[in-house]
Amino acid sequence: MDNLLQIANGEVVRRADIPDVSVETFGMTLAEFVRNGGFVVQFFAFAENDITRLLAVVRNDRLYVTSCVVGAEFPSLTGWVSEKFHMFEREIAEQYGIRPTAHPWLKMVRYHRNYSGADDVFGNDYAGEEIPGKYDCFKVEGEAIHEVAVGPVHAGIIEPGHFRFQCAGEEVLHLEIQLGYQHRGVERLLPTVPQRRLPIICEAIAGDTAIGHNLCCCQALEALAGLTVDVGAKVVRTIALELERIANHLGDLGALSGDVAFNPPAAYFGRMRGDFLNLLQVLCGNRFGKGLVRPGGVAFVMGEEQKKLLVAKLHEITPQVKNVCDLLFSAHTVQARFENTGIVSREMAEDLGLVGYAGRACGLPYDARIAFPTECYAELPHNTNQMTSGDVYSRATVRREEIMHSLALIELLLQRPETTARAMMMEERRLAADSLVVTINEGWRGEIAHCVLTGADGAIVRYKVKDPSFHNWTGLAMSLRNQGISDFPLCNKSYNLSYCGFDL
Amino acid sequence: MWKIIRNRLDQGYRTSSYPKQPIALYERFRGRPQINRQCEPALIRQCAEACPQEAIDGASGALDLGRCTFCGLCEMQSQGKFVQFTQNFELGAATRDDLITDGSYTDLAAHAKQHFKKLFGRSLQLRQVSAAGCNACEADTNVLNTPFFDLSRFGIDFVASPRHADGIHVTGPISRNMKAALLTTYEAVPSPKVVIASGACSISGGPFYGSDEIVGDLSELLPVDLYIPGCPPHPLTTLHALLTFFK
Repeated sequence: MDNLLQIANGEVVRRADIPDVSVETFGMTLAEFVRNGGFVVQFFAFAENDITRLLAVVRNDRLYVTSCVVGAEFPSLTGWVSEKFHMFEREIAEQYGIRPTAHPWLKMVRYHRNYSGADDVFGNDYAGEEIPGKYDCFKVEGEAIHEVAVGPVHAGIIEPGHFRFQCAGEEVLHLEIQLGYQHRGVERLLPTVPQRRLPIICEAIAGDTAIGHNLCCCQALEALAGLTVDVGAKVVRTIALELERIANHLGDLGALSGDVAFNPPAAYFGRMRGDFLNLLQVLCGNRFGKGLVRPGGVAFVMGEEQKKLLVAKLHEITPQVKNVCDLLFSAHTVQARFENTGIVSREMAEDLGLVGYAGRACGLPYDARIAFPTECYAELPHNTNQMTSGDVYSRATVRREEIMHSLALIELLLQRPETTARAMMMEERRLAADSLVVTINEGWRGEIAHCVLTGADGAIVRYKVKDPSFHNWTGLAMSLRNQGISDFPLCNKSYNLSYCGFDL
Repeated sequence: MWKIIRNRLDQGYRTSSYPKQPIALYERFRGRPQINRQCEPALIRQCAEACPQEAIDGASGALDLGRCTFCGLCEMQSQGKFVQFTQNFELGAATRDDLITDGSYTDLAAHAKQHFKKLFGRSLQLRQVSAAGCNACEADTNVLNTPFFDLSRFGIDFVASPRHADGIHVTGPISRNMKAALLTTYEAVPSPKVVIASGACSISGGPFYGSDEIVGDLSELLPVDLYIPGCPPHPLTTLHALLTFFK
């Protein structure tokens, strides 16, 4: 395929080698690729020297990149090809003021001024006290219809977002999700700051995915600076990513327990999640793994003492995890609440391009650890999922399986003899000029992708971040259709998407 | 039914006996820094230049805990000669200036306003406002409700409605898009009320300092009574700060 350049995960590519085609060819190439079962990893605009380009990274069982020069508009692919492009095209419109013509739902994404100074595509006035929720939501007309609005400030200690339900009685006909409240301007900030701030910022894109996002950042910097990471460091990084996965899955199973009013496992899962966070603290002094991963390896070495502590804790806690999972999943009342709630069909999941466990629970088996392995994943056993009906029960079961699988992976990794003695300190390094690198990792929610472009002197000109939530929020919105509104917390927690990861 | 009882027996009683008994955190945890004021100036300057958060004053060697994310780079860079982080998680402060430390620390209990202790000492309800935080502060605040910390045994609760609250607990660098919601929530809390800034973001913008999409300093919008530094503050840091300030 001439219009697509095959690339590898974490491999630097010269920008001059990226196909630079016409807007029409760009659209046709992507349309054909996606129609043949491909998925979109990245699709964004960037401007350099008064020229604006669109760049797309797509995947089937390989990764490809392509680009084109673009003007004030381009033909939207969402309407006539696939929903996979939907959110990306809206983001392009918001970030650069470029209009995707005939986009079926051209709405703002995060509510901010565009980078190019062009007229705002949505006609918003950002200077006033407007907030993202002041928008004409899709309304269902009818006498018996009522609207329920929730947020941005929610009942619990949780991130802000706005949910607008169109209901007939208890039944939700349509849910519209409005995010953007946590927009901190991450992508605008990243190319302007000294290199030493990059890991710190990336760890804070989504604090519960500090390891996931920072791995993408550090792998990108390693590729661009030509750094190698020794196996011992990779072992620690892989363990950390799996600890992060386990901690979050445990916490969410606890939250799901709480939502069906089954308090014992809610309490136990919460406590066990804390135990795993404390293991991350053993590795690096921070419960979220902040500060652990740095370009070139890890900032904190895993010595014999840390290894012993991890081995001992895993030995103690694994049977407890098994028992509490069993307690939750074998309760008939829990099954009754979980089963057939919040169903997203396989067709819908595929059309939306859902990733992570949300996609796997619908029958889309994609796992970046298998498809594009980084760190130690190429040598580790794979996980497969049996329950893929797309309901809360499937998502919860997939997550339970992933917990057990991750525990097994960590055990294997702790048995490896390789260690690293090098504690890497953050340093400014020269990056390859006029280059592109895409780094993908399977975070606990799904596929995280960072895409970094450098200019003539190796300076970063564009840093594109994609959190798995960017794909999956629409899945949540669809799963509420024809559900009782009181099942919303259950569906929400079965997805547990990142508000700040989406908002950037 | 049996399964539930068996699990309960298996899980046991997990609530910490802090503050009645002290708790020691793992040695790698980075709490209060010990600063060597006699360190050679060139090394101090080197650490100041390397600090991603610009939290170190290159001339005086003072460390601003409100900007610090406790990443440990300065300790590594100086091999402990300039700064060493202890496991002391007691970091709360009543004023912004108290967070800028040269190694000495003001006693939070002494500085806590007495009228807060009288008003809220026996029952404190807080409304948490997530103002664009990364969710780590939120998560480690949420965890205070789990059995190990069990916040409500001290008479402290997080409530859903600002109308029921005695104050707000704010995390995050306060994005433009959350500013209105934050201020509305504050106004909905009946007086007398208290404002808590939790985490580096709400104190100084945290990792996002310099972004023009954030306010980056809660005290620019509201009068802050209690500062809890960290990225995120360890649950015990929050617990200590709340207990010392209010009880």
